[in-house]
Amino acid sequence: MRELFLALADHAVGRLRGTEVLLVNFSGEASDFIRFNHARVRQPMSVRQAYLTLHLIDGRRHDRITLAASGGDGDLAAIDDAIDGLRADLAALPEDPYLLYSTEAAQSRSERTGRLPSAEEAITTLTEAGRGLDMVGVLANGPVYRGFASSFGARHWHEVDSFLLDWSVYKSGDKAVKAAYAGQQWDAAEVARRIEATRAQLPYLARSPRTIEPGAYRAYVSPAAIDELLWMLNWGGVSAKDQRTQQSTIQQLVDGEVALSEQVTLREHTAAGLAPAFDEVGFTRPASIELIRGGRHAGSLVSPRTAQEYGIASNGANASESMQALELAPGRLPRSDALQALDTGVCVGNFHYLNWSDRSAARVTGLTRFATYWVEKGEIVAPLTVMRFDDSLYRMLGSELEALDDQADWILNNGTYGGRSVETSRVPGALLKELRLTL
Amino acid sequence: MPFDAESIAQRFRRLAPAGLDHASLRVVEEHSNLTRVRQDVAEPSDRSIDRGAMVTVIVGDGIGYAATGDLSNAGLEAATARAAEWARLARGRSVFGAAPVLPAANGRYASATAKPLALSVADRLALLMLESQACRIDERIVDWEASLWTTRSRQLTANLEGGETLQEFDFTIPALHVVAHKAGLTQIRSWGGRYNGYCQQGGLEVIERSGFIGSGRSTAEEALQLLGAPNCPSGRFDLLLMPDQMMLQIHESIGHPLELDRILGDERNYAGTSFVTLDMFGAYRYGSPLLNVTYDPTRSEEFASFAFDDEGSRATREYLIRDGLLLRPIGGTISQQRAAQIRADIAAVATARSCGWNRPPIDRMSNLNVEPGGSTLQQMIESIDDGILMKTNASWSIDDSRNKFQFGCEWGQRIVDGKLAEVVRNPNYRGISATFWRSLSMVGDSSTYAVMGTPYCGKGEPNQAIRVGHASPACRFDGVDVFGAER
Repeated sequence: MRELFLALADHAVGRLRGTEVLLVNFSGEASDFIRFNHARVRQPMSVRQAYLTLHLIDGRRHDRITLAASGGDGDLAAIDDAIDGLRADLAALPEDPYLLYSTEAAQSRSERTGRLPSAEEAITTLTEAGRGLDMVGVLANGPVYRGFASSFGARHWHEVDSFLLDWSVYKSGDKAVKAAYAGQQWDAAEVARRIEATRAQLPYLARSPRTIEPGAYRAYVSPAAIDELLWMLNWGGVSAKDQRTQQSTIQQLVDGEVALSEQVTLREHTAAGLAPAFDEVGFTRPASIELIRGGRHAGSLVSPRTAQEYGIASNGANASESMQALELAPGRLPRSDALQALDTGVCVGNFHYLNWSDRSAARVTGLTRFATYWVEKGEIVAPLTVMRFDDSLYRMLGSELEALDDQADWILNNGTYGGRSVETSRVPGALLKELRLTL
Repeated sequence: MPFDAESIAQRFRRLAPAGLDHASLRVVEEHSNLTRVRQDVAEPSDRSIDRGAMVTVIVGDGIGYAATGDLSNAGLEAATARAAEWARLARGRSVFGAAPVLPAANGRYASATAKPLALSVADRLALLMLESQACRIDERIVDWEASLWTTRSRQLTANLEGGETLQEFDFTIPALHVVAHKAGLTQIRSWGGRYNGYCQQGGLEVIERSGFIGSGRSTAEEALQLLGAPNCPSGRFDLLLMPDQMMLQIHESIGHPLELDRILGDERNYAGTSFVTLDMFGAYRYGSPLLNVTYDPTRSEEFASFAFDDEGSRATREYLIRDGLLLRPIGGTISQQRAAQIRADIAAVATARSCGWNRPPIDRMSNLNVEPGGSTLQQMIESIDDGILMKTNASWSIDDSRNKFQFGCEWGQRIVDGKLAEVVRNPNYRGISATFWRSLSMVGDSSTYAVMGTPYCGKGEPNQAIRVGHASPACRFDGVDVFGAER
């Protein structure tokens, strides 16, 4: 795929005239997806896709277009047509005061190959390991590609093989265990072992569910659920533009009016993730950016455009100024002691369908989901009937945060809208003195 | 170059190998253009030309899919071979109790576009700039953006049995939002729904009838009004929901629970399951007798109108809920065949769709509408002693069985003694689907009706965000749990 990217980029650059500048972004994947239900195959498929974004600049006027690339001869003609079209439109566009792009000729090449299963191996592993289980989910695997080129000579290439098996095993109704296994080295025996581990949890779900009244409860929130909470910060949280326009959901934290618990240190850790270390306009990203340190605001994600608009330094954030490799530092509570430390309360397996219920107060609502239990004296008593929570991040990660556990789970984002996500996170679980349940 | 529908269908049939129980091709080409003006500055445009094909193969009870951007003979051959490999591997290990049978429909569809949208870049920017500049009315207006998103889409389906459909769509989405801020309080007011809720099929006429022109100043004024408004009170109130919130209420607590693939369990790992079960159709009282819900792919301006779904089934208007009684689920041919193995008399609707060439069809709600009733807006307001009117969705959350929901709106207004009273900010309400629709006590007439939708209905593994339409009148609900913000 790299050869295709380089050939297309070189051809496109060769079409420039006079003072024109061209930035080229490439995004592609060769993915296999196996969708399964009741441990049987529902929709198995392969997807081969490649997109090329041409960003034509002349002075401070610029325009861009994204093309699906076929890998065939038609791509070159499509590029020619696209550049002609962009060129024709440039004159009608106003000058852009916030345009900023890299003029460096930097080059990089990152290829992280792995061992991925064949179609037959994948289907056989899943159907055999899941035999007898009401297992539902998806396996996604294959290489993901990102590239950047510019007419200044920049050439960046990022290629990573990965797989993500994301599944749940149902006992009955909505009572299920959720799990995920992601990585670069597929191991069928390990897949079988992990599926067997979900089977082992089913006896807990067979117990009569416990229904509790709305109110405030002690809670141990799993890493997967904390991960869901933290990704909310990508939706009006850590973006410098949102903060400058008073739309950040953590505006009070940014303005220093409130603080989170001293235990909370959050960073964008590009070096530890799967996302490329370059942005859409050719700037490289720092290995790590601290966003919250010791419970206080420490930094923001700043795209080149925002940097130009507000006269601040860019840190290579993408246009949406969202995290792609978030990392919440672990704490000191041994994971193995979490239920004992909880004593009596709710053990949250996952959160579901989060949304801001009060953006100004960083208040989030959502539901408990999957293996969420009522715990007494450190022992699981019963699965919990689905409960809605509605609580502020300032409480959950602030005044009510008793401890973070001592392990940080590595989670590959299961998002596949448009293409497979390369977003990752590393997060611990959290023990809360109170979690407000409302319905 | 746009794809040649006749040629590619012929090539596909010629290249397909023998021995397949079924093979079909779906080719999609989309030209999309999103123009944005933020704070009177043109943002970088987002234009795209997307083109590719998905091949579906059935062998026995196995189905396989393969998507490719390569529409050459070699590309189609390779995709067909890969789809066939998947189908053979799945045979005997699939969820289907019997070999699925897909239809072989023939026909065409095109959006009823009255004025094809042929605005130049300069025209598009000028249109947006005018509204953007009109937002600049007060220093408390701290951010704003106007946008125009247009898409032209062509879609061909062809199968070995001779079925062939060609559908062409024009989608137009104007939008605008304004942010007001003062002393730690931020309020957002949108025109046309915060997340592209005013989305329809058609061209320039969509913009002309939408009210977008002239929306800048009025939206900014409403943002300031919200900034100065008191917090929404908490308590049990009668609730009057306007169409731009009704669309979300329909979507989340009728549309998703009625999806057959959720009921059959396919979505349980991601989007969730449903409190609705197959035995409830024909017997379950979903709402009050005033509730009438249709699946309507025939309303020409609505966002998800079409003649054929992506499995090739002809789509017709059907009642899903009539006089409050649940009648039909939402599901395509394959899901109906699976459901029929459990309950033989299940009749659904033709609405298996994919979001693009690189995803297979799954059950989608498409156009899902609440039919108008007999009350004017004035009559509904006069009927309420102590209530709240809410409009424009801002927040949504519902459990994985689609029962316990909590929704928030941008705009609230008290109704006291049958009259509209003060505006309130941050209005929210919560309830349970299974009981909420039974509290429906008045349904607005056609004068309260609006055709809305969303480009972003998400579900499926791999994920798919698809266009759906929702048309609704204003509706009154009795005794709903309402609350506001913390400050």
